[in-house]
Amino acid sequence: MKLRIDRLSRSFVFLFLLSALVTSLAACGPAASPTPSSVTLTFYYPVAVPGPITQIIDGYIAKFEQQNPNIKVNAVLSGGYPDTLTKIETTIKGGGTPPDVAVMLSTDLYSLVDSNAIQPLDDYINTAGGSSFTSDFYPAFLANSNYQGHIWSLPFQRSTPVLYYNKDMFQAAGLDPSHGPANFAEMVADAQKLTKTDASGNTTTWGLEISSDGIPYWLFQSFVIGGGTNVVGSAPNQVMFNTPQVAQALQDFADLSTKDKVMPTGILQWANMPNDFVNGKAAMIWHSSGSLTNILKQAKFNVGVSYTVGEKGYGAPTGGGNIYMLKGIPADHQAAAWKFIQFMTSTDIQADWSINTGYIPGRKSSMDTQAMKDYIAKTPQAAVAPQGLQYAGAELAAHDNAQIQKALGDAVQAVLTGKSTPADALAAAQQQADQILSAFKN
Amino acid sequence: MRLRPRTPDTRTERRFRIGAAALPYLLIAPTLLFVAVFTLFPAIRVFYDSLFLQNQAVQEPQFTGFGNYAALFQDPTFHQVIINTVIYVFATVPLSVFLALVLALLLNQKLRALGLYRLAFFYPTILPMVSAATIWLFMYTPGYGLVNVFIEFFHIQSQNWLGDPNLALIALIILGIWKQTGYFMIFYLAGLQGLPHDIFEAASLDGASAIQSARYLTFPLLAGTTLFVTTIAVVNAFETVDQIYIMTGGGPNNATSMLLFNLWQTLFSFLDNGKASAISVILIAVLLIFTVTNFLYTERRGSYE
Repeated sequence: MKLRIDRLSRSFVFLFLLSALVTSLAACGPAASPTPSSVTLTFYYPVAVPGPITQIIDGYIAKFEQQNPNIKVNAVLSGGYPDTLTKIETTIKGGGTPPDVAVMLSTDLYSLVDSNAIQPLDDYINTAGGSSFTSDFYPAFLANSNYQGHIWSLPFQRSTPVLYYNKDMFQAAGLDPSHGPANFAEMVADAQKLTKTDASGNTTTWGLEISSDGIPYWLFQSFVIGGGTNVVGSAPNQVMFNTPQVAQALQDFADLSTKDKVMPTGILQWANMPNDFVNGKAAMIWHSSGSLTNILKQAKFNVGVSYTVGEKGYGAPTGGGNIYMLKGIPADHQAAAWKFIQFMTSTDIQADWSINTGYIPGRKSSMDTQAMKDYIAKTPQAAVAPQGLQYAGAELAAHDNAQIQKALGDAVQAVLTGKSTPADALAAAQQQADQILSAFKN
Repeated sequence: MRLRPRTPDTRTERRFRIGAAALPYLLIAPTLLFVAVFTLFPAIRVFYDSLFLQNQAVQEPQFTGFGNYAALFQDPTFHQVIINTVIYVFATVPLSVFLALVLALLLNQKLRALGLYRLAFFYPTILPMVSAATIWLFMYTPGYGLVNVFIEFFHIQSQNWLGDPNLALIALIILGIWKQTGYFMIFYLAGLQGLPHDIFEAASLDGASAIQSARYLTFPLLAGTTLFVTTIAVVNAFETVDQIYIMTGGGPNNATSMLLFNLWQTLFSFLDNGKASAISVILIAVLLIFTVTNFLYTERRGSYE
């Protein structure tokens, strides 16, 4: 018996040592690289719009690898935007190796700088021509790239909200189908003409649907920017929620269902909007310009695209993802990563990406490519969102961005569901944001 | 075990005894190691982390004592989260346990197509919660969702179930009950079929009515099952997260945010490690108190099973 126990414990010790050895060997396993001269980059990208995104991205990577035989790109579909950010932040916190290049929200900038996750691109941009390189990008899209005197990212898959309208319904209601409403009052008047009820008083077609789940602050910013102001402060530790203009914008949003009766009450879901629109349940919707391709594919009527509006006229925030280079990657990876970033933000790729998804090209020159001209000749609606960038304002971005955006989003939802007045809800959101941002010096 | 060798050598004797005493510990060592590594260590670590500020503003952990807890208890959103969780627990646990018992009693009768009924009520259990939530998301769609079509048949106005703060939590409660009742029903069915026949025969000979024999025989005899399913129901309620993520994102205006979802959001969306750790500790404490109370109660009261 004793002997057996001894043997048992000895084999335990042996097993323990063996497993320790295996673990330590495994830990140094994946460090080996294929050949000394070639570099393998890891690229994280989220999918935020419907369509065969993976196939398109893989196509670009094949093309890039063909042009750069010594660089391999390992593209990783990293879920949605929040998943991508979470994966990268947790990898860095846990001491792991982040990807070399990643597409993340342009508004993630401050969070990424705060957690020391990304590196500025200035040096590379300067060698590529400096301001002559950046001047081709839309200024509205570069608004969320500058911080502390550096450029941290380049526009990759950008969008703005646009107003989609059913031209056939416009015609039937006696409205001019050649253009959408020019301001909030016109939009309400149009929507009232478009709203249809059946004999028993149930609404069969709503004049307008604007979603308010998920990230309600985003479409709300269209009301604010269209009202001639914005919620974004002059520094990333400031926000401007509690102003009379913002309160008016929020009142307008809520009035659409309570007073004007052109929109269903309560919180509407982002994912339901395109369905409601293509099925004729809603005559107008606000949605991402990135949904254009999908809506055109499904709609069996003439689709008009116009700009979102506020009290004073057209206005919209920008949105979507930029391409970032992560910090702490080896020097040879950095050079290769920059090549890849340049390739993905190049005129031709941005044009092709736009045609295939509906995202707005990051570069103005993409609009002048033959491929884009042919596409717009076929689908004139695609030209609307890029032209609308002249009315676009910055998307809400600050330190601790997820919490700040949620503070404003909660205020929007509280008012839309009748739980609070605009003034009270915005004052509470401002107070909450001020408290969070007081921890940041600039 | 073989008989002890009768030898006068006391040193060998003692060494042998120590060896024998160590054997049980050696045998539970692998399990203990597993529990220590995957349960005890993380629990202690999460408590340790909850004493530090670590978030977007404070990247390097900074000792704060119970600062994270104080911040949580001053946060109106967290109050809302606690209230939502309590409502959810007190709605889903009694209702699904009661419904499960009723279904089990009904399906314990001799019915035609009995298997089909049992399957129908059990099938929500087989679905992963994510799929179930996606199905219910469609069913709750305003205007043309199945639930609205159904209530409109009774001339009740179509509701925006998930977009109305007064209805959203109720909508999640309904899904929760639908999802787990069939599972509890199976335990009750098993319990019912294990009940001794002779007692019921004796009772009916003595003139006990159906209600009396249910009240004084069936329910007390099923007390062990009830305790078991109640425990599972409570733990399920506290662990509600998938359907919130899929269906409401905690909205509208935090009306459906519950403890585990709030924990997920605090950690993975707000990247606030300190506060998320504090929420974890609260969650662990609540579940631990419940489990210990439950255990002591069962031990004291004993079970019929």
